[in-house]
Amino acid sequence: MKKTRLKTNDIILQTITKIVLFIIVTFSIYLFFAGHNAPGGGFIGGLMTSSAIVLLLIAYDIKTVKKLLPVNYIKIAAAGLFIAVMTGVGSFFFSVPFLTHTFGHFHLPILGDTELATAVLFDLGVYLVVIGVTMTIIQTIGETE
Amino acid sequence: MLGGFFMTFLHWAILAPFLFAVLVPLIYKATPRVHTGWFVLSLPVVLFIYFFQLLINGKHKKTIIETVEWIPSLGINFTAYLDGLGLLFSLLITGIGSLVVLYSIYYLSKEKEQLNTFYVYLLMFMGAMLGVVLSDNTIVLYTFWEITSFSSFLLIGYWYHREKSRYGAQKSMLITVFGGLSMLGGFIFLYLITGTFSIRETIAQSEVIITHDLFIPAMILILLGAFTKSAQFPFYIWLPDAMEAPTPVSAYLHSATMVKAGIYLVARLSPIFAYSAEWFWSLSLFGIFTLFWGSFNAVKQTDLKAILAFSTVSQLGMIMSLLGVGAAALHFENFEYYTVAILASVFHLINHATFKGSLFMVVGIVDHETGTRDIRKLGGLMSFMPITFTIAIIGAFSMAGLPPFNGFLSKEMFFTSMLRVLEMGIFQAETWGILLPVLAWIGSVFTFIYSMVLVFKTFTGKQPREKLPKEPHEAPIGMLIPPIILASLVIVFGFFPDLLAYTIIEPTMTSILPSLLSENAHFHVHITMWHGFTPELFMTIGVVTLGTILFLTISKWKKIYELHPEKLTLNKFYDASLSGLDYSSERFTRFYMTGFIRDYLVFIFAFMIVLVGTSIATTGAFSFNTENVAPIGIYEILLAIVMIAGTMTTLFSRSRLTAIIALGSVGYSLSLFFVLFRAPDLALTQLIIETVSVALFLLAFYHLPELKRKEKKLRFRLVNFIISLGVGVIVTLIAISANSERVKETIATYFIENSYKLGGGKNMVNVILVDFRGFDTLFEITVLGIAALAIYSMIKLRLSRGEEG
Repeated sequence: MKKTRLKTNDIILQTITKIVLFIIVTFSIYLFFAGHNAPGGGFIGGLMTSSAIVLLLIAYDIKTVKKLLPVNYIKIAAAGLFIAVMTGVGSFFFSVPFLTHTFGHFHLPILGDTELATAVLFDLGVYLVVIGVTMTIIQTIGETE
Repeated sequence: MLGGFFMTFLHWAILAPFLFAVLVPLIYKATPRVHTGWFVLSLPVVLFIYFFQLLINGKHKKTIIETVEWIPSLGINFTAYLDGLGLLFSLLITGIGSLVVLYSIYYLSKEKEQLNTFYVYLLMFMGAMLGVVLSDNTIVLYTFWEITSFSSFLLIGYWYHREKSRYGAQKSMLITVFGGLSMLGGFIFLYLITGTFSIRETIAQSEVIITHDLFIPAMILILLGAFTKSAQFPFYIWLPDAMEAPTPVSAYLHSATMVKAGIYLVARLSPIFAYSAEWFWSLSLFGIFTLFWGSFNAVKQTDLKAILAFSTVSQLGMIMSLLGVGAAALHFENFEYYTVAILASVFHLINHATFKGSLFMVVGIVDHETGTRDIRKLGGLMSFMPITFTIAIIGAFSMAGLPPFNGFLSKEMFFTSMLRVLEMGIFQAETWGILLPVLAWIGSVFTFIYSMVLVFKTFTGKQPREKLPKEPHEAPIGMLIPPIILASLVIVFGFFPDLLAYTIIEPTMTSILPSLLSENAHFHVHITMWHGFTPELFMTIGVVTLGTILFLTISKWKKIYELHPEKLTLNKFYDASLSGLDYSSERFTRFYMTGFIRDYLVFIFAFMIVLVGTSIATTGAFSFNTENVAPIGIYEILLAIVMIAGTMTTLFSRSRLTAIIALGSVGYSLSLFFVLFRAPDLALTQLIIETVSVALFLLAFYHLPELKRKEKKLRFRLVNFIISLGVGVIVTLIAISANSERVKETIATYFIENSYKLGGGKNMVNVILVDFRGFDTLFEITVLGIAALAIYSMIKLRLSRGEEG
């Protein structure tokens, strides 16, 4: 079988990636936080963050990206699941059924009147699981080359 | 208030072993110099003292009930319920438990064994067993019941590097869990009849139950649970193999407590079923046959623990048959004449725990100090271990039913009960009833023989010619204390049975047959050594005479055991069915798990076409209605053309790369459709999914073989064509019908109204995901995580195996 490499030394893509990457990640974080009231949420945010990393993978190679982001994605997925389950368990301390959410409005410095919801914590779990799972799968398959 | 606190303590007593089990590994790590058993010992001792003070204060005569709500919507509550029966078992569990833990400290060396896991399993079992005997809710009882099976499995397989341990563990697990599941079925039947999971409330409706159609199925299923757990014929085969467990475990689980869970269940549910003839016959016949079969087979064993295992089987059969015979007392005015069977069963339950517990510990000592349990190698140990020998004599003579030990008293009462069956004149007892005293007597003869074998082949006779694996010597004092305590109880209960009579036996009888007693009445419990020259006495004399003769001539008649062909034993049947199941399920699985993803897709899609297609056709679900269709604009038409073009390109392209990109364009156009229909969330998600999956495709690209469209045969392509056409048609039909006809009001309005009010979010999709349908999301991300782990491990494992090869 002939071995072809996915990425040749693509200077244009690499340069653009350096800039675009931050825009995508910033946007994904915005999507995550905006999720409760505007389009977005943990699932989309997580996917978008992973797509940023995928872009990085395509522009460079797996070894470089691993050096750049030395994280174990399986652990991220596990942490996300843990957070999600714990938000559910947290309900027990207030004697309400599993996974009951609540929200309230608070006055925060700089931000002003802000709505804080426990659902966001759960969504954070979803966010992390999505990143962890997508990247685990892509990295594992990519590494088999 | 005080009462409330006290009640909660009962719950804590059940949960304490579990909580303590969590601490055990930490203690084990923190104190490597001290045997972990010393710490663990404190728990059963404290619990025993707690239950014992309940007994002294007579709390169990007025039952204690305390409920903690668990799943109130389903009527499943953690109701702790303490009465005579529950207290008797709790005392056994914690009392024998304390002795066994003490014994295990000397039995298991802290240098060689994994003590942390051992005590975790043991405590798990203790908690679960307390849960079984103190729960009023059948579902909670079932849960604890299965935990006892699991912990038994883990303890039997404690020395997991031995093949036999693993075999025994699996066998016990398969058989007892089979019974446990049947029992759950029985409980559900009872629930269907009565509408409650509470045992007390079920008992209150026993008159409804007994006339119900489901009465017999429920009874059979529950008895399956009891018979498998209590090792009754033909399910007893797991118990001898369970002897691979460390001896403290055998003494605790497989003789004193867990195997008596079946007895407990039968006793606990007696008020529901006892009136029926089926209950009477199944318990007494299975029980008495188990008694005979167990004792008959015990004689041929050469391993000391195997003798004790079969002996346990037989003794459990005896208790079971007594419970069955005693149930008939419900049909008589002079019920006291027949409740002697219940009295005997409760009394023997206690006695069995004392003498069998001490015998197991004796065997453990012999094994520990000589290195073998084979009676063909042992002999003449009396001079090396005088104390152990004395304990063995007491235990074995009690088991054989000789005076002045407690076993004699209950054995006499057993004969009395079996003889009285002949006088009953109900359930056609005059025909088959004769079997009961006859088998009881024969069983007792064999019981006498194996008891003698146990003592005399081990401790008397010539000292072994070949050298034993270890130089025999007396056990350390810590190992002797537990059996000494039990052996003293054997004697104390023998001489002063009245110590037990009204403190524990009578309250237990009241729990088993409550309907016989009017308010504030009591059973009459009178146990004496001497009854005069009764038939029972002559039966005992006969047992001793014939038993002695047979014991002395054992080598002459031992050949009868070879008459039973090896092929027809239950063990062979078990092994054959297990390997048959293995083989056939593998054959069946290989038949459809071909390893080709195309085959799997064919199965899935064909199934979908057939299922959905037939249901659309038969129910006439298809409808076509253009009323609520929005006008089709230029954008929709353009997008549709792009999508169709993309799909066609995917189908006919010669290179995979083109196909992937064309497929991607279909996905992006779909997300544009979502934009058109004002669904920004869906559009966003679809866009990113498309991006990521194209990237994923490109990554997987290298591993795929080249496209070879032309080489495929016509038949192959025809099947592909039919299936893809079918899926397309079906999905289109569903889409059109779903849009044309609304059977019910759409749920969307509810979400529109409430997503901000209840969820605090203006983005309805997100509020549904994280709040209204949070459970779904939680499970979805769990599935995602599992999928990632699966892909990771599959690829990584394949990689490393490739490197090895």
